[in-house]
Amino acid sequence: MTNLTEQQLVQAYRRMKTIREFEERLHIEIATGQIAGFTHLYAGQEAIAVGVCEHLSDADSIVSTHRGHGHCIAKGADVLKMMKEIWGSTEGTCNGKGGSMHIAEVERGILGANGIVGGGPPIGVGAALASKLKKNNTVALSFGGDGSSNQGTTFEAMNMAVCLKVPKIFVMENNGYSENTGASYSSGGIDIAARAESFGMPVFKADGSDFFSVYDAANKAIEYSRRGDGPSVVYATMMRYFGHFEGDAQLYRAKDEVKNLRETSDCLDNFRTRVSDDKLLDLAVLDAVDDEVLALIEQSVQDAKVAPRGTLADVTKDVYINY
Amino acid sequence: MPIKTARDALNEAMFHEFARDPNVFAIGEDIAGGRGGSSGDIGCVGGIFGVTKGLVAEFGEERVIDTPISESAIVGAAAGAALSGMRPVAEIMFADFFGVCLDQVMNQVAKFRYMFGGKTKCPLVIRCNTGAGYSAAAQHSQTMYQMMTAIPGLKVVVPSNAYDAKGLLISAIQDDDPVLFFEHKLLYQSECEVPDEAYAIPFGEAAMPREGEHCTVVAFGQMVNVAAQAIDSLAAEGITCDLIDPRTTSPLDEETILESVEATGRLVVVDESPPRCGLTADIAGMVADKGFSSLRAPIKQVTAPHSPVPFAAELEAAYLPKAQDVAAAIRETLK
Repeated sequence: MTNLTEQQLVQAYRRMKTIREFEERLHIEIATGQIAGFTHLYAGQEAIAVGVCEHLSDADSIVSTHRGHGHCIAKGADVLKMMKEIWGSTEGTCNGKGGSMHIAEVERGILGANGIVGGGPPIGVGAALASKLKKNNTVALSFGGDGSSNQGTTFEAMNMAVCLKVPKIFVMENNGYSENTGASYSSGGIDIAARAESFGMPVFKADGSDFFSVYDAANKAIEYSRRGDGPSVVYATMMRYFGHFEGDAQLYRAKDEVKNLRETSDCLDNFRTRVSDDKLLDLAVLDAVDDEVLALIEQSVQDAKVAPRGTLADVTKDVYINY
Repeated sequence: MPIKTARDALNEAMFHEFARDPNVFAIGEDIAGGRGGSSGDIGCVGGIFGVTKGLVAEFGEERVIDTPISESAIVGAAAGAALSGMRPVAEIMFADFFGVCLDQVMNQVAKFRYMFGGKTKCPLVIRCNTGAGYSAAAQHSQTMYQMMTAIPGLKVVVPSNAYDAKGLLISAIQDDDPVLFFEHKLLYQSECEVPDEAYAIPFGEAAMPREGEHCTVVAFGQMVNVAAQAIDSLAAEGITCDLIDPRTTSPLDEETILESVEATGRLVVVDESPPRCGLTADIAGMVADKGFSSLRAPIKQVTAPHSPVPFAAELEAAYLPKAQDVAAAIRETLK
C-alpha cells in the first residue's frame, strides 16, 4: 500500500505523462528537421525520474545527464521554456545557449543536464557538500546510467561522497545500453549496483517501470542521506523507448524489442493499473490529466515555433560576469 | 613594510578571505593533512607548499577539506558547491594534474554560466603550483596556464611576486567568475614587501616593473623576474626597456602592451611554456594585428623548446629561458 495522497498521485502521473508526451512530440518534430543538434529522449524511464524527484523540494539539487528532459520535468522545470530552449529561442530556459543537453534552472535546484557522460556525479557531490556546510537539511542527487558507471568520475564522486559523508544520492538508471553498445558487453561484472555498494553506501533497488517501486526505494535512500548518514544509491532498471539520440537507427536492437517494451513495460499503464486495482484514484481523473498534458505540449510547440531568436550580440553575452 | 615570502603572502590572503566570508572554504589533497594518519596531527601539512598552513586550526575541519586523490571529484565538488552558493578555493596540487580533471574544468566550470543563459554564477578558485625549476620532471613541471588561457569562461592569474600574489588571490576569491590561479614553484620562496592588511589587485591590469624607451618586453609569471634581470644587465649598454607583467592572462591588458609598443616600436615576449599555440604567439599575434604600424623591428619570442620538461638539473636549466636569452632577443630587435 502507498501513503501517497490523491494530490501527490495525480502530480506524479501528470509529470510522467508530461515527460512521455514531451518526448513523443519531440520525436515527431525532430523528424521534420526543425530542431538542430543532438537530442536524447527519456521516454520509457519516466517512473525513475518522477519516483525520485517527488521526494524533493526546490531547495534540493539534481544534476542530470545528456538524457535530461525527464529529470528536469520531474524536478518541476518550466515545460514551455524547455521546449523553447530545445528550439533555440532566447526565451528558452537557457536563452537558447544550452539546448537539449544543458537545460538548467539553478534556482529550482536543477544544476543542469550535462553533455558529458559521468560529468554530473562530481558536481552533485559539491552540491551535497554545500548542503552539509550550510546545514540546511537539503540533499543533492545525480543521475547516471550503466554508461556513466564506466566513467572514473562516477567512482571518484562515490568515494569522495562517502569520504566526506555528504547527503548525496546517486541514482543509477540501467537502461541496458551505453549509446549503441549493450551493458552486458560494456560492463565488466553484471551487477553495477554492487560497484556502488562496494564504496560502503546502501543501495536501494527498484523496478524502473513501476513508479511505486522507485518511489519507495528513493524514499529510503533520501531519508538515509537527509538524516546525515552519508550518501546512498537508488538503482533502477528500465530500457528506453527511443534510440541513444534522435536519428539513431538502433540497428543494435532486436526487431521487436521496443514494441515489446512498450506493450509490457509502460510505467503509465502500470500506474493506471495499480491505482485502479487499489482504488486509489478514479481513472477519469487521469484521463483529464492526459488531455491537459497534451494541450500543454501542443501549446509548448506552437509557442516555441514563433519564439524570438538571438542575434550576433547574444553570442558573447554571459561568458563572464565581469571581464 | 614587512618583507614576506610569496608562500606567506598567499597564506595571509587565505586567512583574510576565510575570516571575511563564511562561505569561503578550501578543498584539496593534503591541504590540512594528517587525517587518518597514526599521529593524529590534523593540519600537519597545510598543502605541500604550505599555502593552506594553519587554516584548519583557525577555521575548523568543515572549511578545510582534505580529499582523496581525485582531481575530477575535487573540481566537480568545488563546482557543485559554487553553483549552490559557496565560494570554494580548490587546490590541484600540480598544474599538470589538469590533465586528469580537464573535463570538469573545461566542459563544466568554464561553461555553466554561458550554457545556462547567464542565469547562474560559479565563483570558485582553483589554485595550483606551476612551472619548472624543481627537477620535478615532465609530469610535475608544466606551466599549463597558456592552455587554460585559451578557454573562454575561465580567468587565469599568473603572479610573479609576493605582493601581487596576495592581492591577486584576494581578488580571485572575491571574483564571481571561475578563476585558475597559478603559483610558480620558484615564486613561493621569493620575497618582497607585503602589507599585513588585505588588499585586492584588479584583474586585467598589467604591472610595469621596469620602464624604458628602446624595447617592450612582455613576460609571464616567473619569467618576469628573468626578464627583469636581462633588462637590468643591458643598462650598461645604454639599453632601457618597458617590462610588462600582465599578471592575468585572461583577461589580458592589451592596452598597456599596445601603448608601450607604440612608444618603443619593438617587442620581445617571454614565457617558459613551449612555443606552439602559447602566450608569446598570442601576444605577438595581437600586436601584429593591432599595433603593426608601431613596429620598427620583427617581434621576438623567447620560450622553452617544443619539448617535455627534462629531469636532470643541467637539462632543465637548458630547457628554461634564461636572462641572456632575453637580453639577446632584445639586442636583436635593436639591430
